[in-house]
Amino acid sequence: MTNVLVCIKRVPETSGQILLSQDGQSIDARHVGYTLSAHDECAVEQAIQIARSTDGEATVLTVGNDDSLEQIRNALAVGCTAAVLVEADTENFGPADVAAAIADAVRSRETDATTYDLILVGNDAADTGDFQVGVRLAYALGRPVLTGIGTVEVQDGTVVARGKGPEGTEVFELSLPAVIAVQEGGVEPRYPSIPGRMKAKRTPVDMVTASVSPVGNGRAALRLPPSQPSVVEVLGEGPAAATAVVDLLYKLGVAT
Amino acid sequence: MILVLVETDAHGATETSQETLTFARELADRRGGLTLHALLVGPLADGITQAALTQLGEQGVSTVRHAQHEQLSSYAAGSWATAVATATESVSADIVMAAGTARGSEIMAHVATRLDATMAANVVAVDDVDPLTVSRQVMGGAVLEVMRVASVPAVLTVAGHAVDPRAAALPTQPHVEVFEPPLTESDVVGRVVRVEATEVDDTAALTGARVVVGAGRGAGSAHGFDDLLELSELLDGTLGVSRVVTSLGWRPHHEQVGQTGSRIAPDVYIACGISGAIQHWAGCQSAKTIIAINTDADAPMVTKAHYAVIGDLHEIVPAINEELRRRGS
Ligand SMILES: Cc1cc2nc3c(=O)[nH]c(=O)nc-3n(C[C@H](O)[C@H](O)[C@H](O)COP(=O)(O)OP(=O)(O)OC[C@H]3O[C@@H](n4cnc5c(N)ncnc54)[C@H](O)[C@@H]3O)c2cc1C
Repeated sequence: MTNVLVCIKRVPETSGQILLSQDGQSIDARHVGYTLSAHDECAVEQAIQIARSTDGEATVLTVGNDDSLEQIRNALAVGCTAAVLVEADTENFGPADVAAAIADAVRSRETDATTYDLILVGNDAADTGDFQVGVRLAYALGRPVLTGIGTVEVQDGTVVARGKGPEGTEVFELSLPAVIAVQEGGVEPRYPSIPGRMKAKRTPVDMVTASVSPVGNGRAALRLPPSQPSVVEVLGEGPAAATAVVDLLYKLGVAT
Repeated sequence: MILVLVETDAHGATETSQETLTFARELADRRGGLTLHALLVGPLADGITQAALTQLGEQGVSTVRHAQHEQLSSYAAGSWATAVATATESVSADIVMAAGTARGSEIMAHVATRLDATMAANVVAVDDVDPLTVSRQVMGGAVLEVMRVASVPAVLTVAGHAVDPRAAALPTQPHVEVFEPPLTESDVVGRVVRVEATEVDDTAALTGARVVVGAGRGAGSAHGFDDLLELSELLDGTLGVSRVVTSLGWRPHHEQVGQTGSRIAPDVYIACGISGAIQHWAGCQSAKTIIAINTDADAPMVTKAHYAVIGDLHEIVPAINEELRRRGS
């Protein structure tokens, strides 16, 4: 039985046009909405697969406010079986603060006899992209950590993890407990079913507070990279433009 | 003193590590001429060490520290981090940097945690040297965050293609110091126990390609890639795809370009049936010339491209292939 804790983050949807807030301190996502990053979705999927194959629990956790219940419910709808919301004003939290809040929640639950053998996180958040929460969390808990992992299997307390390396698929073996940062590409996240959504509504979410004195994220401001005016030269329409394209490829020196 | 962790490949220092060295040297100059040290980790073939030393000399590195230990024959982030942390502390580095690659980010996260330092990931520019203030990519590169990095040492990773590698005005003959980092059992628990050959993983071919033919949802189905593959072959290039294509299972994930795929910098990117969402753009914006082929003249990929052809890729690409074959490509 492997109890898996999967830590996720509510992030602004970034497929559409990105607007900044008036004060330039945050993303204004009121019109585009929020989502989970692809790495987190894959971490949730891994957590469910491991918990199911070992008759364990998959608990989803996030640090934030009530708004994050939307992402928690989605994780419950696809198969997580328990949920924790670590309530905090994360506005100025940096990766060290998020890791400290999660570590605090994990420790206080351990004293209540709830242990998480495996903690999964997304490799890096789609918004802040710090690449640190998993590593900092592991150090805070004194556990080994792997990052950039595509697939995770658990057999008899041993984790076999695979990730993409410069020379091929790298294989790692660790004993539990451990922290693993999951990267998109190893598993295909499932879609919620109707019964799954119903169940998600009924599953209680454990609200806890974390005692963290934040070190902050160092953010002075956000800015949009200067938008380049369009300089596109339309070579033509349809197959008739093929000659112009090939002329260009010769000019650029990539056709010979 | 600025210390740069240098990654190597078959040709010596990797392209992104050379970019990072250039970035570091320019920062060192702005800080009133800090010296630049480089760190190599683990056993390297003689030829690679020689090539790397020449490249590091061209980048103006004064001292190369080379961490050697029998446990460094297989990669573990913990051991590499011990090597970096040891070198950082022994020379009291003000700033320690690596390229914003998978390994660079991983190792630096360990280093920052151990040294109780602040880390800024994917930095593209230094706005102010004192107090150190950087601009870094957030939201997959769609937004820049201006961030103050107050800790000493400051830990930075440099985003790929943030700068072009440039040789220093005066090349140096770096002096090499070998040292043995004090590795512990906990450093090596997360080591690579074996490497499996991936079916056909052309990630390296993609990131190093001179020509990439991009394909998105417009390809239509898993069977819609024949002409696109032929085009990439005719141009001696590689296929790169959007996330829609990998999510639908039309092509393998290692071909994905973008925020959660590969970042490419070819001479020419021919983006066919790709809308140009910001996450895709994050991976292809460093292409020198972008040619978009799209039915929608208002698609972001078209408006951001240098050249465009409006229409159905299934008619246009075969016509290009035919013309290339006719001219003998
Ligand atoms: C956290 C996160 C990370 C992401 N990471 C990535 C990433 O790494 N890489 C990535 O690519 N995406 C990524 N995405 C997804 C991204 O937002 C877009 O959804 C995706 O890039 C769209 O793919 P597409 O352009 O193929 O499809 P669409 O947006 O559907 O565009 C299809 C385009 O093809 C054109 N078209 C259709 N038929 C034809 C035809 N016959 N001939 C010519 N043109 C045609 C259409 O006009 C349209 O412009 C990410 C999203 C999120 C939220």
